[in-house]
Amino acid sequence: MAHFQKKRGKASPEVSTASLPDIIFMLLFFFMVVTVLRDGERKVKVVVPEATQLQKLEQKSLVNHIWIGRPVEKFQDLYGTKPRIQLGDKFATENDIPLFLEQHKIKVPEPQRPQITSSLKVDGDVTMGIVSDVKTILRKSGQLKVNYSARPKQTR
Amino acid sequence: MAKKSSRDRMKNEVNAGSMADIAFLLLIFFLVTTTIDVDKGITVKLPPWSDEPPEIQQMKTRNVFSVLVNAQDQLLVRGELTDITDLRERAKEFIANPQRRDDLSTNPKNAIISLKNDRGTSYKQYLAVYNELKAAYDELWDEECLKMYSIPYSDDLPIAYKRAIKEKIPMVLSEAEPTNFGEEN
Repeated sequence: MAHFQKKRGKASPEVSTASLPDIIFMLLFFFMVVTVLRDGERKVKVVVPEATQLQKLEQKSLVNHIWIGRPVEKFQDLYGTKPRIQLGDKFATENDIPLFLEQHKIKVPEPQRPQITSSLKVDGDVTMGIVSDVKTILRKSGQLKVNYSARPKQTR
Repeated sequence: MAKKSSRDRMKNEVNAGSMADIAFLLLIFFLVTTTIDVDKGITVKLPPWSDEPPEIQQMKTRNVFSVLVNAQDQLLVRGELTDITDLRERAKEFIANPQRRDDLSTNPKNAIISLKNDRGTSYKQYLAVYNELKAAYDELWDEECLKMYSIPYSDDLPIAYKRAIKEKIPMVLSEAEPTNFGEEN
């Protein structure tokens, strides 16, 4: 009996928390790696439509984004409600697209350049006019790989 | 003597007890700012631009599946008003032509889908139509793949397999210049 009591007395009732910082740091590094900080603010409102036949865009560095949508409320006094293009973090017109593509292209190593994809993030309520214009410009500048950004459909 | 005791009290370690708190703080910051969004969409290959007007090729009418989308987002498929829910089935039937009908494509290799929209068509409708047409091809590829290699079609398929399937059923989707109606100002 005495033997048992002695053992119970020796066992410490607390769990060691010494490794807690390590665990937290591990989680921290995970989130630091997966985080993509938003580059610049969205100046146009974009809600991409839904679709089913989706393909994932693989390498982030090979993708440039072209946003098309109506200016958000804050900018409507200045830019109206007509659909506009946003490249990077500022409003642009079709004529700015070739330069934008070129600026992205020089950052990509030469052998990978044919795989550059333009991701068109277009609001569902925008009419095709402006989209067609952008498509024509893309064709003229030789940027033929295009991805129409979409959300996966909920049902089905 | 007093000096010695003060040196005794000095420790050579930094107190690491608050390390966890600092790490927690950073962790929560990154948790909040993280948006794990995968970029997904429908990938298309645009035709290269040429300044000369394209050669007008006369195709047999039976080999052309024309889809027109007007500014009211209505669909005209081969001259008939059609609902978008029927588009996929009709496109599949047209391409594969399982009953060897006279008015559908002679062969999947000759089948051409011609898509034309207005400048006033909403992008939502355009993408929905494109999605249905792509789905028709995807389903046909899937069926063909099951027949040939008894595995479903996927993007991870060996390139030789994919090429063989696309050789049999090539995706030909020609987009005409949009007509100039109903664009908003």
